[in-house]
Amino acid sequence: MVANVTLTIDGIRITVPKGSTVLEAAEKAGIFIPTFCHDPELSKPGACRICVVEIPGMRNLPASCVTEAMEGMVVYSASPAVIEARKTNLELLLANHPEDCLTCNKNGDCRLQEYAYYYGVKYGAFKGEKHRYPLEDDNPFIVRDMNKCILCGKCVRMCEEVQGNNVLNFAFRGFNALVTPAMNSKYSDTEISNCVFCGNCISVCPVGALSEKDMLGKARRWEVKKVTTTCPYCGVGCQFDLNVKDNKVLGVTSTDGDVNGRALCVKGRFGYGFIHHPDRLTTPLIKKDGKFVEATWTEAIKLVAEKLGDIKAKDGPDAIGILSSARVTNEENYLMNKLARAVIGTNNIDHCARL
Amino acid sequence: MTNSIQEIADADFILATGTNTFDAHPVIGIQVKKAVAKGAVLAVVDPRLTDSAKLAEYHLQIKPGTDIALLNGFANVIIEEGLYNKTFVEERTEDFDAFKETVAKYTPDYVSEVTGVSADLIREAARGYAKAKNSTILYTMGITQHVCGTHNVFSTTNLALLTGHIGKESSGVNPLRGQNNVQGACDMGALPVVFPGYQPVAVEANRQKFAVAWGVEKMPDKPGLTVGELIESAGNSIKALYIMGENPVMSDPDADQVLHELESLDFLVVQDIFLTETAQFADVVLPAASFAEKDGTFSNTERRVQLVRKAIEPIGDSKPDWEIICLISDAMGYPMNYASPEEIMSEISSVTPSYGGINYERLEQGSLQWPCPNADHPGTKFLHKDKFVRGLGKFQAVEHIPPNEIPDEEYQLVLSTGRRRYHYHTGTMTQRTGALEVFYPEEYLEISSADAEKFGICDGDKVKVTSRRGQVEVAAQVSERVTPGLVFTSFQYPDVPINRVTNPARDPIAKIPEYKVCAVKVEKVS
Amino acid sequence: MANVILTINGKEIVVKAGTTVLDAAQEAGFFIPTFCHDPLNPGFGACRICVVEIKGARTLVASCCTEVAHGMVVETESPAVVEARKTIIELLLANHPADCLTCDKNGDCRLQDYAYRYDIRGSSFRGEKHNYPIDDSNPYIIRDMNKCILCGRCVRTCEQVQDRQVINFAFRGFNTKVAPAMDTELAESDCVSCARCLVVCPVGALSYKNLAGKARAYEIRKEPVTCPFCDAGCRFDLNYKGEKVIGVTAKESGEGRPLCLKGRLGLELLYVDKPLTPMLKKDDRFVEVSWAEVLGMDNVLKKLIELKSN
Ligand code: SF4
Ligand code: SF4
Ligand code: SF4
Ligand code: SF4
Ligand code: SF4
Ligand code: SF4
Ligand code: FES
Ligand code: FES
Repeated sequence: MVANVTLTIDGIRITVPKGSTVLEAAEKAGIFIPTFCHDPELSKPGACRICVVEIPGMRNLPASCVTEAMEGMVVYSASPAVIEARKTNLELLLANHPEDCLTCNKNGDCRLQEYAYYYGVKYGAFKGEKHRYPLEDDNPFIVRDMNKCILCGKCVRMCEEVQGNNVLNFAFRGFNALVTPAMNSKYSDTEISNCVFCGNCISVCPVGALSEKDMLGKARRWEVKKVTTTCPYCGVGCQFDLNVKDNKVLGVTSTDGDVNGRALCVKGRFGYGFIHHPDRLTTPLIKKDGKFVEATWTEAIKLVAEKLGDIKAKDGPDAIGILSSARVTNEENYLMNKLARAVIGTNNIDHCARL
Repeated sequence: MTNSIQEIADADFILATGTNTFDAHPVIGIQVKKAVAKGAVLAVVDPRLTDSAKLAEYHLQIKPGTDIALLNGFANVIIEEGLYNKTFVEERTEDFDAFKETVAKYTPDYVSEVTGVSADLIREAARGYAKAKNSTILYTMGITQHVCGTHNVFSTTNLALLTGHIGKESSGVNPLRGQNNVQGACDMGALPVVFPGYQPVAVEANRQKFAVAWGVEKMPDKPGLTVGELIESAGNSIKALYIMGENPVMSDPDADQVLHELESLDFLVVQDIFLTETAQFADVVLPAASFAEKDGTFSNTERRVQLVRKAIEPIGDSKPDWEIICLISDAMGYPMNYASPEEIMSEISSVTPSYGGINYERLEQGSLQWPCPNADHPGTKFLHKDKFVRGLGKFQAVEHIPPNEIPDEEYQLVLSTGRRRYHYHTGTMTQRTGALEVFYPEEYLEISSADAEKFGICDGDKVKVTSRRGQVEVAAQVSERVTPGLVFTSFQYPDVPINRVTNPARDPIAKIPEYKVCAVKVEKVS
Repeated sequence: MANVILTINGKEIVVKAGTTVLDAAQEAGFFIPTFCHDPLNPGFGACRICVVEIKGARTLVASCCTEVAHGMVVETESPAVVEARKTIIELLLANHPADCLTCDKNGDCRLQDYAYRYDIRGSSFRGEKHNYPIDDSNPYIIRDMNKCILCGRCVRTCEQVQDRQVINFAFRGFNTKVAPAMDTELAESDCVSCARCLVVCPVGALSYKNLAGKARAYEIRKEPVTCPFCDAGCRFDLNYKGEKVIGVTAKESGEGRPLCLKGRLGLELLYVDKPLTPMLKKDDRFVEVSWAEVLGMDNVLKKLIELKSN
């Protein structure tokens, strides 16, 4: 049995398993505490300090994401001192942040923006020197805008602890601190960076520093409908969200899949472009004199049914073979097997599992 | 897979054989890396120095096609040194003695000669596998795409039986399936000898059951033909083929022959989302909807059934495959009236015991791993817990079989084919994404520097790869990923139709062609 | 009325004579941006964001006040058109605070929408900026003239109601601004807080005080209601965040409906969990008053109690 502790947050008594953090306890009690660097799946650096709370008896304001909940503890999650500290934290971040929400693709789903709004913090409280890093967009998958990076380090930890590729790390100090692949290389220098373009770093970035290149400029976050589905490529069966606007798939973002969590590979995350490719077949085709001619469904189906019927009558059902597919759904494979066995009357059905 | 994907992370020893996991199954690769980070030992059996091999503690760089010898060598060491699980062998297996006798001659020294791997490395890796608390074996096409593919699989199973590394969490034998729904296609009876749920058509009671369920008089009892046989018989006993979502012209060995065979059919229907190389030969092409345009389910490599959800309307006048099949069936006089894939699933679960408890309502709450026999069953994480399907686990004494085609004077090199991380299968989809093919636009042939020198080839040179069956041209990449004597490329680029070169020789049991070994010569194109 | 056949972006279209090019294009499913155009009060033609290219015309024309003609050939997104729109947006942004971060209009702002569509970064054009104080003297409306793009829609909708004409353009050039008479604060003007101007403002220059900082536009779900308090039957939106109504906002004032403060406050009392205490102007100063007083008549309150108990 795990022992429990009971503490009081903002006057609400809450019981959690021993070893829980104050942040976890607050979440359980439905109390909002902002976080930047914390992620439940990753190690906890306790670095950004936006999650501070007030605990009488403790010196300073402790970071709730790394403070263990203790029996009898009293916590204030939004005392004036706490609010003051968070505001200053945000002001400092904004002092060195481009004023770019106007066209930023993260607008509407950005923690920095969300918290600034929540705490009523505007640009310009501190006039700071701003970075002028060039945009890194030389690969077809991921765009990095390090001017927007708030150095939370989640991408670093995601790549190291989940993806296992150790591409990113902190470099330089102070104002020049930067998250970057080895030797200040780019993602696309794969020999040095070791990046495989899984894009798993994007899935944790709380701001607009990392984005899917193909989704830039296509839709604002609030216009997009997300549909959770299963990857059409390999047999791992990762799940992800298709991002849809106006009957178009604009991109793929992580969901919490049963197999994969938020992790995906380059094919699953960036391989959706075939859906709207101009080469897609859009109408039935019938070959006449060696050339394909567009046909209606009625014509095409009639022809197929007649031909298969004739061959069955003349040469027997076993003169017909069916190749079903490892690409289509279970339901479709089931119907193909039924069509072969019950309708045509042959066991000549297989698929390319072996290839 | 006998285990679940996430169990891999908790294994103490991983034997990855014939799987370039990081490229072909990247998200499983994540679990492997996680295990290694937690201290697991990784042993990789692969003729190439892949990324997984680089991470491995033991890289057993065997000559292509010598897997059985190597695994028998493992067994030899484990038995000789008394490292096998005697209780497990006694209580849960049979035919151990015959097996022991067979592997007796596979001493590390002999195996070293056959495989090219040092005897010490064989001993160490074998000990590691046997002694670890939880050992798991991962394999893919590197094991199955050989004339002795089935025997290769047997020899992996033998190791697991010998050590009892099966039937528990993080411990088992795990084939990683290549395509998203290979598992499901097999589960659903898209196979010549079984109904859905692997119920053999040879059994009268099964035929009865399905005849009743489907409302027809009787079911055919003659076993059907496999893919390869279907195509080979085209024009002879097979007059018509209906191909849905497959591209045998690109994926089958000896592609020129396949073309010829498809052309000799009386009638070919191809149903696909693109006008594939195969569809070009069709009499009728039916435009199908992509996965984004329909509802349904896929079953992944760990038997997990998951929902596919419709995100957009079908493109143009295309239709979901299930609707098209229904239309054809209707027109052939057997009405199929399904309002939705959900309805089809309820029929599936009524005739497929392992899917008995699977329905969309439950899947909306989360995925389910079969066997899931009834609505209260939570699904099954790992198989063979207390007993094997057939009762006792059977040792299959198998001998090393050399590849069907070995290098000779004229064809001095071994060609192996596989997959690239940025592409998928025959490239029908990944060549049209606007991203993947941009980053990885061209295929190349990996060749060792020793061979490059020998044949006067420089990095980037256009070369001609010729086998007894055909030839293709491709750029050479001088690479340390391959050992001297071996060249490698993928089958994912239409510009490099490598299956004109590969060998259609098949494993006599599973009928899988030998993609991993054929003899070729490589010359610079002037 | 006779029909006219014209071609827009290569597509042949039949519309009634007298239709504007803007309406014809929108009917055919083509997008044209607008700032100053008010469908309920058309024909102003000042902002020029809606320009299109018409074959044979010497310059680009404003589609919102150009009538279709037979055989007209229109391009709504030609390079010249896009170029012109980009310049307009750049000029507007040059004199616009970079405040989307916390602006209450973020997510429902035309300037932002079009900047995104035409990929204009806020910083690409730096000009002199206004530094007007924010006018929050009125208890219901906040005016931030730094964000005003001078489209004039507020002016025109206000003057549509007899005897109101509370606001108008004042000054010239860079200093042009929309202001009550004598450039006073709104509280000192004749403004009746009807919120007609808030309905039409395309940017964040005018906003509801009671909603400030409460939710982003994309977090709000709107459900229309009709005001039950008088026969005009004005329409309002209940603004939901999650399951809660956080405020009531006015909808467009079509068919001669006036919109009034009383109606909006009455609905807030009816639907909002904890409506703010209403304020009324007495002796030129806003003071807190009772609900009975602000809603004017006892019978309205009675009606309200009836409605609420149903
Ligand atoms: S990252 Fe966030 S705060 Fe920064 S510009 Fe983008 S939306 Fe605004
Ligand atoms: S794309 Fe993947 S590999 Fe590359 S940096 Fe991001 S997480 Fe690491
Ligand atoms: S790029 Fe994003 S995730 Fe990475 S440190 Fe910067 S803000 Fe954090
Ligand atoms: S995302 Fe990658 S690893 Fe996952 S199922 Fe798709 S192809 Fe396989
Ligand atoms: S306040 Fe709004 S409606 Fe009025 S002129 Fe300015 S932008 Fe236009
Ligand atoms: S008015 Fe529009 S463009 Fe201006 S700050 Fe507000 S949201 Fe941004
Ligand atoms: S979220 Fe707690 S310190 Fe960053
Ligand atoms: S919308 Fe036409 S000129 Fe302003």
